[in-house]
Amino acid sequence: MRQEHEIICAGFGGQGVLSMGSIIAYSGMIEGKEVSWMPSYGPEMRGGTANCIVIVADDRISSPIITKFDSAIVLNQPSLDKFEKAVKPGGLLLYEQSTIIHPPTREDIDVVCVPAIEEADKLKAKQVANMIMVGAFLEKRPIVKIETIVSALKKALPEHRHHLIPVNELALKRGKELVHLNEKITA
Amino acid sequence: MEEKKNKTSEAKLMKGNEALAEAAIRADIDGYFGYPITPQSEVLEYLEREIPKRHGLVLQAESEIASINMIYGAAGAGARVMTSSSGPGISLMQEGLSYIASAQLPCLVVNVVRGGPGLGTIQPSQGDYFQAVKGGGHGDYHLIVLAPASVQEMADFVFEGFRLAEKYRNPAMILTDGALGQMMEKVIQPEEGSLPKIKTPWATTGKTKDRDHNIITSLFIKPEEMESVNLQLQEKYRKIEKDEVRFEEIKTEDADILLVAFGLSSRICQKTVDLGREKGIKIGLLRPITLYPYPYKRLNELADQVDFMMSVEMNAGQMVEDVKLAVEGKVPVHFTGRMGGMIPSPDDVLHEIESILDNQNVLQD
Amino acid sequence: MSIERPSTLDFPPDAEGMEMVYCRPDTLTDTPFHYCPGCGHSVVHRVLMEVVEELGLQEKTIGVAPVGCSVFAYHYMNIDMQEAAHGRASAVATGIKRVLPDRYVFSYQGDGDLAAIGTAETIHTVNRGENILMVFINNGIYGMTGGQMAPTSLPGQVTTTSPYGRDVKMVGHPIRIADLLIQLPGAYYVTRQAVHNPNAVRKLKKAFEKSFQYQKEGKGTCFVEVVSNCPSGWRMTPVESIKYLEDTMFPAYPLGDLKVPEKV
Ligand SMILES: Cc1ncc(C[n+]2csc(CCOP(=O)(O)OP(=O)(O)O)c2C)c(N)n1
Ligand code: SF4
Repeated sequence: MRQEHEIICAGFGGQGVLSMGSIIAYSGMIEGKEVSWMPSYGPEMRGGTANCIVIVADDRISSPIITKFDSAIVLNQPSLDKFEKAVKPGGLLLYEQSTIIHPPTREDIDVVCVPAIEEADKLKAKQVANMIMVGAFLEKRPIVKIETIVSALKKALPEHRHHLIPVNELALKRGKELVHLNEKITA
Repeated sequence: MEEKKNKTSEAKLMKGNEALAEAAIRADIDGYFGYPITPQSEVLEYLEREIPKRHGLVLQAESEIASINMIYGAAGAGARVMTSSSGPGISLMQEGLSYIASAQLPCLVVNVVRGGPGLGTIQPSQGDYFQAVKGGGHGDYHLIVLAPASVQEMADFVFEGFRLAEKYRNPAMILTDGALGQMMEKVIQPEEGSLPKIKTPWATTGKTKDRDHNIITSLFIKPEEMESVNLQLQEKYRKIEKDEVRFEEIKTEDADILLVAFGLSSRICQKTVDLGREKGIKIGLLRPITLYPYPYKRLNELADQVDFMMSVEMNAGQMVEDVKLAVEGKVPVHFTGRMGGMIPSPDDVLHEIESILDNQNVLQD
Repeated sequence: MSIERPSTLDFPPDAEGMEMVYCRPDTLTDTPFHYCPGCGHSVVHRVLMEVVEELGLQEKTIGVAPVGCSVFAYHYMNIDMQEAAHGRASAVATGIKRVLPDRYVFSYQGDGDLAAIGTAETIHTVNRGENILMVFINNGIYGMTGGQMAPTSLPGQVTTTSPYGRDVKMVGHPIRIADLLIQLPGAYYVTRQAVHNPNAVRKLKKAFEKSFQYQKEGKGTCFVEVVSNCPSGWRMTPVESIKYLEDTMFPAYPLGDLKVPEKV
């Protein structure tokens, strides 16, 4: 059957939500899938909220703009308020722990809380919080392989930033583990 | 050709604006003249970054009025040139475009449309349809207008635009929108250098002894002369209307309802087609690829098959007038859309269709 | 200057017995500025509006906003305002002044707006000696559209459309528009100011006060350039941007009066 996964990544500008989405899209492309990445753009990005819609599918993608999502990856409260209701029943909602004051309430979706910022601090690399979220997401919805994300990073990052790849790799792995830790706690 | 393409360039994930800019370099443009404006500044920025490393010329002008007149001059001198902008800037270019059309110069103009009127918003829109296909500037002229619906087409239509512009010595326009400009998809770039330059014996390159002097002008002060230039233009437009209409059909074979949409709206409607069919509503889609010339004939044929048509646009209903012209009253033509930078969702469109169907049922009861 | 009037901004309830020494002038709305931290636009807005208030001209002043980061000046300035097309503010101001000659009219424009796309309007407004104040914010870049090269960008300056530095052979030298304008008889008062420190702010305020006085006397065009910063477009912190102003911008755009009224 035709596989298609529709994702919204949302948070504040500067949290790396746009690059988080683009690395998923890029990896999908490397794996031979059809992909689209649609960013919000405009002045609201200066310090305000930013989001992108990512679609990864087996074949031709129809609308790159959609209002219902299979998965939402959320890094701040305004985005959670906006997108919680946009997750399809049975879908996945991943949110970053420290940025959310009022956690999601829906019970017909899979909700996972990831302490990504705290863990990124532990890795002494604040900027990889988004990669921790990606790792956690892929553990729940393995739409692309983690190894592909790593090779996508190698291709996407300019040479002089390649020293950041190991810490990103670590972050992806950490995200993967955190999903299970949290499941144990909540279970 | 397809095979060759694959050999020479691998698939890349690119923004629409950047895919278009890269294609411009591959199309061997001699010059790009432009002025920053959101949501298309990436075109100028990409070219400023890449052209010095490769080939061609890029110049940031002091305004769009200057840009389009630089285009006039360079095209008149026989160069392959383009510019890009968005609503407010394209409005400023209308005078120049009218001169270019009258002087019969080939060039490519890209409008990455944002919501208007006025300074408006930088969010995507299709509100410049009338301006693009019905003239825009003064006098009886047409641009050849191509409407891409994917990042791949943002690149491909640069080649197609130049091909048509040069074949007919007529300005061509790519009418796209902010969302297609900003979004990323997979692109396979057209092969570099695969668009041969045309001969331009009419260009002002310096009078040699073996020919008369060449003049690029749009002034034909005697009405008889102006009329004959007009007749020549009209003859050219008829030929374009006969030979260059392009469109795509999706699930029209058994459709009872036909959506008509171009560019980004057509992508949204593709999803509506699928959603509708899941519910047993047989929806099809016709996507005009050329907005001028317009697929009147095919729409007229489809009017014999479907119960009604609906034009879906990101404006107040502009192309719907052409759909109505095409079907000559054979079937009802509806419209749905959003304005001012808002985008209709696939579900919105389906709801519209369902409510029309409900109304029909009420009437039949 | 003393502030006689408690502002419309509510006095904090626990402020009893304290003396009000600083408040928002009535000529500014309570909309928070959207400008980036450290941006000169906010300071210029405030100084200009302080002058309008202190001269008691709130009801008689009409401003024209440009297309640029200050496009929303009308959200902040609590006076009647019009928004112009990109580059056309001085023509719009001309229209207003010609039909309402007893009002005080100013245009407020960035360098892309005033010195690139609007050059023709700028020169001809001044050449006609339109009896208005033209405020010109020169930050050497296009702020609003994301940091492209402006006509005022310095040689070698890296911007998104001059990624290898401004090449003067290709795009010319930075245009010192104020220096051009002083050639025109219609220019009555032309000055170049800044807002990078308190002293500069005081001088700018004086320049605005003079300009309104001259406008009252019907003297002709007053042109006040403010050499300002754009930390975001320059990719600098606000503090770095001040240093850049002092080290790099002011040598290229020397501060001070360029044309002052002749003594009679
Ligand atoms: C006709 C037209 N062309 C281009 C634009 C896009 N645009 C908006 S603001 C701007 C330049 C802003 O720079 P500047 O005037 O220096 O002001 P700043 O933002 O730096 O304060 C441009 C090119 C437009 N709105 N209209
Ligand atoms: S972009 Fe520059 S000019 Fe605009 S508000 Fe920010 S700092 Fe100021």
